[in-house]
Amino acid sequence: MKCSRNWLKEFVDIHADDKAYAEAMTLSGSKVEGTVSPAAEIKNVVVGYVAAMEPHPDSDHMFVCRVDVGGHTVQVVTGAQNVKLGDYVPTALHGSVLPGGVHIETGVLRGVESCGMLCSLKELGLTTHDFPYAIEDGIFILNDDPDLAADGFTTGAEIASVLGLDDCTVEFEITPNRPDCLSVIGLARESAATFDVPLTLHTPAVKGCGGNITELLDIEIEDPTLCPRYTARMVRNVKIAPSPKWMRERLRACGVRPINNIVDITNYVMLEYGQPMHAFDFSCVEGGQIIVRTAREGETIETLDGNVRTLTPSMLCICDAKKPVGVAGVMGGANSEIVGDTAMVVFESATFHGVSIRRTATALGMRTDASSRYEKGLDPMNTYNGVQRACELVELLG
Amino acid sequence: MKEKLEDIRREALSELNAAADTQSVEGVRIKYLGKKGALTAVLKQMGTLSGEERPVMGQLANEVREALTAALAKRQSELEAELLEARLVSETLDVTIPGKRPALGHKHPMTIALDELKDIFIGMGFAIADGPEIELASYNFTKLNTAEGHPAREWGDTFYMAEDSSVLLRTQTSPMQIRVMEAQAPPIRIIAPGRVYRKDEVDATHSPMFHQVEGLVVDKGITMADLKGTLNQFVEKLYGKGTKTRFRPHHFPFTEPSCEVDVLCHGCGGAGCRICKDEGWIELLGAGMVHPKVLSGCGIDTEVYSGFAFGIGVERMAMQRFEITDLRLIFENDVRFLAQF
Repeated sequence: MKCSRNWLKEFVDIHADDKAYAEAMTLSGSKVEGTVSPAAEIKNVVVGYVAAMEPHPDSDHMFVCRVDVGGHTVQVVTGAQNVKLGDYVPTALHGSVLPGGVHIETGVLRGVESCGMLCSLKELGLTTHDFPYAIEDGIFILNDDPDLAADGFTTGAEIASVLGLDDCTVEFEITPNRPDCLSVIGLARESAATFDVPLTLHTPAVKGCGGNITELLDIEIEDPTLCPRYTARMVRNVKIAPSPKWMRERLRACGVRPINNIVDITNYVMLEYGQPMHAFDFSCVEGGQIIVRTAREGETIETLDGNVRTLTPSMLCICDAKKPVGVAGVMGGANSEIVGDTAMVVFESATFHGVSIRRTATALGMRTDASSRYEKGLDPMNTYNGVQRACELVELLG
Repeated sequence: MKEKLEDIRREALSELNAAADTQSVEGVRIKYLGKKGALTAVLKQMGTLSGEERPVMGQLANEVREALTAALAKRQSELEAELLEARLVSETLDVTIPGKRPALGHKHPMTIALDELKDIFIGMGFAIADGPEIELASYNFTKLNTAEGHPAREWGDTFYMAEDSSVLLRTQTSPMQIRVMEAQAPPIRIIAPGRVYRKDEVDATHSPMFHQVEGLVVDKGITMADLKGTLNQFVEKLYGKGTKTRFRPHHFPFTEPSCEVDVLCHGCGGAGCRICKDEGWIELLGAGMVHPKVLSGCGIDTEVYSGFAFGIGVERMAMQRFEITDLRLIFENDVRFLAQF
């Protein structure tokens, strides 16, 4: 389990440095395998403001920029085509270090001195999943990102803290008897006990929009042994968009790739509460019915990873009136995936029989973040918190 | 007849002189003295002679035969002597070369490591228990508080020897805890070294067969302090006085509480290095207080008795001790490798 220390701070106030924290947690039973700080890989890269820009005298595609890096300006030559006058850009200064151990120094490009480099996402070790408003093959224009722009820019500020990379990811080895610790709250609880500091928990509160879910959706559990509890909530009129920066930062720090606001919320709740969640597009649920049942002989489903899976009667599925829409506790189906025009979302928060989930995941060769939690046996009392938190986040994200 | 005999003598002797090897000598013998030989043929005609002639001819014939026999023997030994001479010239033998020493075997590194562990525990008053490698699932799992459906029981991880999953190659030496507790009333103080089997792909740190040393102590008033004292003593015997250990909470189904024992890295003294993968500590063994369910399952009164158990992975220890970087070397039995220990 990878856990962000910044995220932990929301629940517990611990000042120990990363090494002391790791040692104390290891000795209290949550073994720390290692700590990684993305900011440690980036040195001397700051926010720069493109104050002047002219074509390179001896090149038909390069530009010579005067970049304000806080109190002084430096001359930087760039070959990128997407930089404009007045942009804020990540600027690697002379003597800077980028992820992968790349050193940037002053050099001469076609006869013009360049005292650094304007950076792309990739050069900072990031992808468009982390910053969806940026482009893959060009300079990372900070002011194109509404979340970053909202905070305003200070030239010369360390880029790592501006981008939220000044976090520490702690990788824990959690013993199989403690699935509750496969969550930020679980680890916060352990941390609070280890350091003898108070734990501040939050009870999710949902305003709701009225309406009765039972008028739209009927849930039937065929085998209560395999599915002791199934909780669902529906959200109307959602707008699929990238999730906010703070959420993407936390997901990334915990090793999960941001996708879109709804999918990110399910992953966020799984990481925070240890309760795997699934979201599906209500318009794809036929008959207004969710049936939790074992698969019929010969049934198949295309899972979210794009593979078609043949199910066997020992595998538990989430089905609508006609077909499976997900492999319970393992992975959702492509037929009910959240897509760009999804308007009505069903959030599923359930518990399943651990051994059954493990065997299904093994048989299908797909051990997922969800199945590896379910297989250890989860607390059925947590499903309600999970689904509440998901809806609270939907309201928070607007 | 007399002439005939003289002819035979003359011809035979000349042929004999001409004979260049022992085979031709034998040929001459057969030709004249053999069953169908010339002299034999003459002797067969003795019956046709008159009474006066017979003794005379008989004597002559005997003379001829004796002469031939003697000549044959002489020629034979002459030729043999020549042959020997020739061989002595062509083959030289240096009798001063020392004899070849048979290659002496010696202890395999695993045996060295196991013997060392056994010696330490025998010195601390432990007895050695031995048990079957083909084990009942009930001993390997059920009686060790490992329920049906536990991942370790999957066919993908364990070598089963019966379709109904009742018999298997033991995956740990821990079933020896049960066997000893069932056979013997407390106080118990044993170690059980042996081979265990798991369906692991062979790589630098995994093998489908490896060794463990199980330890079990059951008596009145055994506590975690006894566990710590015993294992610290063991570590000091193994790695030298003053070796630092740490006991880290862990989880095993058959002990509660459970721990893993690490030793301070000998390579860096805790600062972090390649040997300890920057952790500063090296994992050594798993241990814990025997789970009350395990004790009572063996008919031991948990109100009176308590115990601790531990399990040591011998390969990992041997690899550290002998600085072996690849587990496969231990089992490939390449003499060039084994000879280094």
